[in-house]
Amino acid sequence: MAGNIDMRLSKPNGLYLDRSQLLSFQFNGKTYQGFQGDTIASALAANGVKLLSRSFKYHRPRGIFTMAGRDTNSLVQVEDEPNVRADIYPIHNELKVQAQNIIGSLENDWGRFIELVSQFLPVGFYYKAFYKPKGAWKYWDRIIRKIAGIGKVDVNAKSYNSDKAYRFCDVVVIGGGPAGLSAALEAAEQGAEVILVDENPLLGGSLNYAKFNVEANKIISTRQELLDAITKHPSIYIYTNAICTGWFADNWLTIMCEKRMLKLRAQVVIAATGSIEQPVVFRNNDLPGVMLGSAAQRLIHFYGVAPGKHAVVLTGNDDGYGVTLDLMDAGIDVQTVVDMRTTPSISKLANAIRDKNIQILLGHTVYEAVPGPGKRSITHALIHKIAKEGAVVNNNQKIACDLICMSAGYAPAAQLICHSGGQLKYDETDAILKIKQLPQKVLSFAAGSLNSVFEINAVLADGKKAGWIAAKNLGYSKSQIPSTPSHIGAKGQNYPWPIFPHPKGKDFIDLDEDLQVKDIVNTVKDGYDDLELEKRYSTVVMGPSQGKQSALNNMRVVTKETKRCMNGITITTQRPPYSPEYIQHLAGKSFQPVKLTTMHHRHIELHAQMMSAGLWLRPAYYGDPQNKQKCIENESLAVRNNVGLIDVSTLGKLEIRGPDAAEFLNRMYTFAYAKQAMHRSRYVLMTDTTGAIIDDGVACRMDEHHFYVTATTTGVEGVYQNMLRWNAEWNLDVDITNVTAAYAAVNLAGPKSRVVLNCLTNDIELSAQQFSYMEVRTGHIANIPARLLRVGFVGELGYEIHVPASQGEALWDALMKIGEKFNIQPFGVEALRLLRLEKGHIIVGQDTDGLTIPQEANMEWAIARKKVFFMGKRAIDAINARALRRQLVGFTMPIDFPLPEECNLVIENNEITGRITSVSRSPTLNKIIGLAFVLPEFSKIGKRINIKLSNAEIKQATVSPLPFYDPKNNRQLI
Amino acid sequence: MKLMPCPLNGLRNISEFICGGEIKSMPDPITGNNLEWAEYLFIENNTKGVVREWWMHVPTSYWFIAERDTETEEIIKTYPASELFKQRVEFAQNNS
Repeated sequence: MAGNIDMRLSKPNGLYLDRSQLLSFQFNGKTYQGFQGDTIASALAANGVKLLSRSFKYHRPRGIFTMAGRDTNSLVQVEDEPNVRADIYPIHNELKVQAQNIIGSLENDWGRFIELVSQFLPVGFYYKAFYKPKGAWKYWDRIIRKIAGIGKVDVNAKSYNSDKAYRFCDVVVIGGGPAGLSAALEAAEQGAEVILVDENPLLGGSLNYAKFNVEANKIISTRQELLDAITKHPSIYIYTNAICTGWFADNWLTIMCEKRMLKLRAQVVIAATGSIEQPVVFRNNDLPGVMLGSAAQRLIHFYGVAPGKHAVVLTGNDDGYGVTLDLMDAGIDVQTVVDMRTTPSISKLANAIRDKNIQILLGHTVYEAVPGPGKRSITHALIHKIAKEGAVVNNNQKIACDLICMSAGYAPAAQLICHSGGQLKYDETDAILKIKQLPQKVLSFAAGSLNSVFEINAVLADGKKAGWIAAKNLGYSKSQIPSTPSHIGAKGQNYPWPIFPHPKGKDFIDLDEDLQVKDIVNTVKDGYDDLELEKRYSTVVMGPSQGKQSALNNMRVVTKETKRCMNGITITTQRPPYSPEYIQHLAGKSFQPVKLTTMHHRHIELHAQMMSAGLWLRPAYYGDPQNKQKCIENESLAVRNNVGLIDVSTLGKLEIRGPDAAEFLNRMYTFAYAKQAMHRSRYVLMTDTTGAIIDDGVACRMDEHHFYVTATTTGVEGVYQNMLRWNAEWNLDVDITNVTAAYAAVNLAGPKSRVVLNCLTNDIELSAQQFSYMEVRTGHIANIPARLLRVGFVGELGYEIHVPASQGEALWDALMKIGEKFNIQPFGVEALRLLRLEKGHIIVGQDTDGLTIPQEANMEWAIARKKVFFMGKRAIDAINARALRRQLVGFTMPIDFPLPEECNLVIENNEITGRITSVSRSPTLNKIIGLAFVLPEFSKIGKRINIKLSNAEIKQATVSPLPFYDPKNNRQLI
Repeated sequence: MKLMPCPLNGLRNISEFICGGEIKSMPDPITGNNLEWAEYLFIENNTKGVVREWWMHVPTSYWFIAERDTETEEIIKTYPASELFKQRVEFAQNNS
């Protein structure tokens, strides 16, 4: 148990704490204790630990700065997670925290010596120094990255479940401070459905820590009334610990809600995100002990921790006096209030300080913080009188202190507004960034200090008004629009020039990237005088805090250095996310729909190994994966020699009806359909407008004006969309329906398929004369209404049987039951692919690619030359006028050769000349057979081609005639 | 995420839609020369400003026309394809 210093304050300080639960955690191997509700930084501060991290570039000691998760000082490594913000990360028992970006220990980081040479590290140093000679960066890169690294990525980091939720509401209010609370309440009171989002564990915002220029009790009762009304209100849904990270088009917001990502669509957005307190720039303004006034107040009020023992308060507005009062109430000795302004404050807060006899220095500033040993703390503040803007007189007072609190003003937390197209501009009169324009294309409003309204009663009224108008825009509000007071308190809130460059530097504008005033000045001197360029060259506002504490002061310095008018200037572009996001939360759980056929359960019962085919699951083969090859062989031999059954329900199915049905097919497919006979099927081949093959199937003419068309499992969606798209232009009299899911289908194939089927029908004549190859019949199978297609994809006598999806399982059961005595064998996609390969049939998408034209795939027979038009005809004609570039051929290899893989290359004279598209060992033919693209000069039967196997071995194959099996089609015609 | 007004389904997330490209008229299949066809098939105007495009609501496979500004990302209007394509399109007889 280390840390014998106790900085803990008594109740009622510590709003977030549950003091009944004592927790133990480790920081850099030492054990500390804190309470439930503490963050890492607050618990360490309670134990007197001020040093949290080392800075990015100079490895300077850093401690608490914003206490709101808005600075880089607080980044630590928590077990396998790097770059955790210690000031907002709650502790739990056994938590292990490590400092990051150190060489050696946090207290004695060897990297600190880099600072000794910092005068030789001007801005743009890396650009200037390490790029010559050519290639030098490769060497320096490794070293620089090591020194400038932040957290460590643990490649074995544990994963956890995260998910997404989709929400909708009338009004979303971002920010649960005084403006947000009153906006949410008013919008809900007027009738709107409201979602209220706040990043903190408790609602209340500044009401929970800030001192306003009114009696303290008034704030407490205002807060209580608002919270009571809001939590009771049935139309307000509250998310705390939830941070809105982006505001996208049409009021689509991303909200990180612990391990869940919310995607929210709101009719109206009310931004009440408040403002971000800004630091004063002076020498050593980055060391532990120097922090924002609001950080000290958060420590005291949220966590019951004294931020120091002897304090100097540096202020440029009245809020500094509130900080002083809070420090004194917490028993901290406030040495001096240093007010940069020259006229005494007339606020109640300032009067209260004067009553307590504390030295107030007007027109002065802290010019330097004097560091203690190792710069791990501060010992004194050097206070100078301000001579003019940004300059001081030489004489100083040296006041002992371990804490300097800064209150110099605010920048609006307008990042979200800017994501959605809003704009800011600098108002020189009040030295403040104001909203110039809210997002234009959506309903959006801003309220509170974001809207440059600071006086508490005005803030509450501003929120109420925004809530009323939001509801009004949705047709809710009936009563009168709420009034707002004229005094909004924007004047005097920001001290106009809180920047005091020191000749010895270390006067930091940007703590993330260790950028001092001179770095910004030199950037402009180097010619980067536009804010967007200056940012990229100097890296200012590009660190983890994204300029939350640096953008305003940086803008001021650049504008002054370029001698531009400050009025109307804006800051650099803001992009999502507002606050760090976990990629895991963005990825979340993926939503992957799966389609199952109506026979799915039967496949599982038969031990099918399932595979994906588009969204569908299909049996790959039946049996033990250890005997995969054997299973596939047996299934294919059963089809060749006996009878097999495959579920082809996933096949695409389309109904084309109407007087123009044949004309429509003529336009969509390459073949000719006008004269197709009734009750017959015909092959369909679809090419796109550039002539590339995109799908195939068969078209069954059910009637003069009715075709039943099949398409590939994965292609049908595209085919259907393509058909609708073109007929929207052509206006043919045709009705196109995708009935894929409405029909279940099987293919019963093999020499005995007719015998099996004969047992199950009495209204369809099955004899070869009555029902020949390529014919189509309707009737009943096992009393189920069915469409029968005589097909030949696998090259045996076979019937495709299509039945209403609801009867798919019954059909399967009937066929399997009657098939029992014929040793019927269910077969899967693997055997199907082997069987069709033996027949030399292509699979679109496997044996074709996005550029394959019909000629290359030997499909010219499927093109009706006489047609004036079909999709792709014109491109095919143009391509045909040139020499063919490649040809799909069959090839064979001896059965005992190693099996090539799909996509193995065809090589000639060390050049790639083609590739394998399909390959398999055929048990029926006792050969390796396959299809490959080759150069046309290698397409002749008997040509030898060289195939480079995956292990780089070259094996010879012979170009062979297609089909490999039953070339006269005797078996499928019987 | 943007919203798109679908003439059939009302306002929906734009992720439910696909764009089918700018509306162009197809050259004549017989008299159109290779250059015209190559232009039609492969050359996109990539207009900065208002474009007229085919869009489809994927869950309902509904094609319609959208006019949008590629510069401001504003969707100006959407309407059924029948407002633009009123006539039956004939090619010379496909009577094979």
